[in-house]
Amino acid sequence: MTDTTSIKMSRRKFLGVGAVTAAGAGIAPGVSLISIAEAKPVDQAISSDQRWGMLIDTNKCAKGCSACVDACNTENGLNNGDELNSRPEQKAQWIRKVDLKDKATGHEVSLPLMCQHCENPPCVDVCPTGASFKREDGVVLVDKHICIGCRYCMMACPYKARSFIHEELTHQMEYAPRGKGTVESCTLCVHRIDEDINEKRDPACVEACNGEGHKAMYFGDLKDANSEVSQQLKNHSSKAIRADLNLNPGVRYRGI
Amino acid sequence: MKYLQIMLVMLSMLLTNSIVTAEVPQPNIPKGNAEKCVLPTAEMRVNHMEKILHQRDKTMYKGVRTEQFSFKQCINCHTVKDEQGQAVTFKDERHFCSSCHTYAAVTIDCFECHASTPSKSMAGSKP
Repeated sequence: MTDTTSIKMSRRKFLGVGAVTAAGAGIAPGVSLISIAEAKPVDQAISSDQRWGMLIDTNKCAKGCSACVDACNTENGLNNGDELNSRPEQKAQWIRKVDLKDKATGHEVSLPLMCQHCENPPCVDVCPTGASFKREDGVVLVDKHICIGCRYCMMACPYKARSFIHEELTHQMEYAPRGKGTVESCTLCVHRIDEDINEKRDPACVEACNGEGHKAMYFGDLKDANSEVSQQLKNHSSKAIRADLNLNPGVRYRGI
Repeated sequence: MKYLQIMLVMLSMLLTNSIVTAEVPQPNIPKGNAEKCVLPTAEMRVNHMEKILHQRDKTMYKGVRTEQFSFKQCINCHTVKDEQGQAVTFKDERHFCSSCHTYAAVTIDCFECHASTPSKSMAGSKP
């Protein structure tokens, strides 16, 4: 009754044909029909056409320099005298400097470590309320309106990137709401990157690193092949920290 | 039917009269710093929380940072200054939000995380 010949085509063969068709429909390499803009107008929603990411060149990162950490604290209103009863290790820290030393060779590396904005974030997987979420453009955030402060995400994060606020805060920045009983971490300065095309700025840490003249941090759209960060990643080798976990972080490192 | 209408009219007169004569304390709501609000005052009084809630999700999940119903913009426009010229926080009853919320005995959770005054670093700049 039915046309058995068409159904008889094996799965393998079918997939093969499909692949060839897909390849044929593509356009010449290096040419794309839609050029992906670097930023969006302020009234437009974000989309998965972009993925914000970063490359950190540890060769350029100076040991002892904490410009990125200081800039982050100032920008987001961290450690400004609000958390009086917390120990240093309890206080909010969105970005930290880590020094590594290869014991065999004595080679030393210094690097900033923050939320790696994973494609498959474990913090989002474990969150019982859905407060920990990934935006369409790849930025991993906490919706503090529904965060219950259980700190499962802090346990799940292999980068130790998140902080819990133990005390009442009073000196928040108007663009960076933060409060007692919620978890927080690097936001890639969303308030900066969401701005209008002409007013878009790099995250505070990147700006500070460039300001210091180190230029160890490249920020941009990983899905835009022409962005500086994509070009750098394409032309030189880089590493994801804990690549074995297959989280595909949006922050990559060079020289480690 | 007519009887009912008369009763209603009398009742409403009685009510308005009693409000006027009993001198119920009214909240002292400070005026905003702009010419007018983003919506008519009556509408904002009833629906401001829904407008803010809607905008909050658009901002957080979709990255839309328009100014019309942004919390930040509310705070900027409705700043109340004290004698020293400093913007008062929500803990002060003169604060725009607190002036009415204290009167109505409705707790505001917003300011546990959000700044209740314009940020110093942003003062004078575009909100």
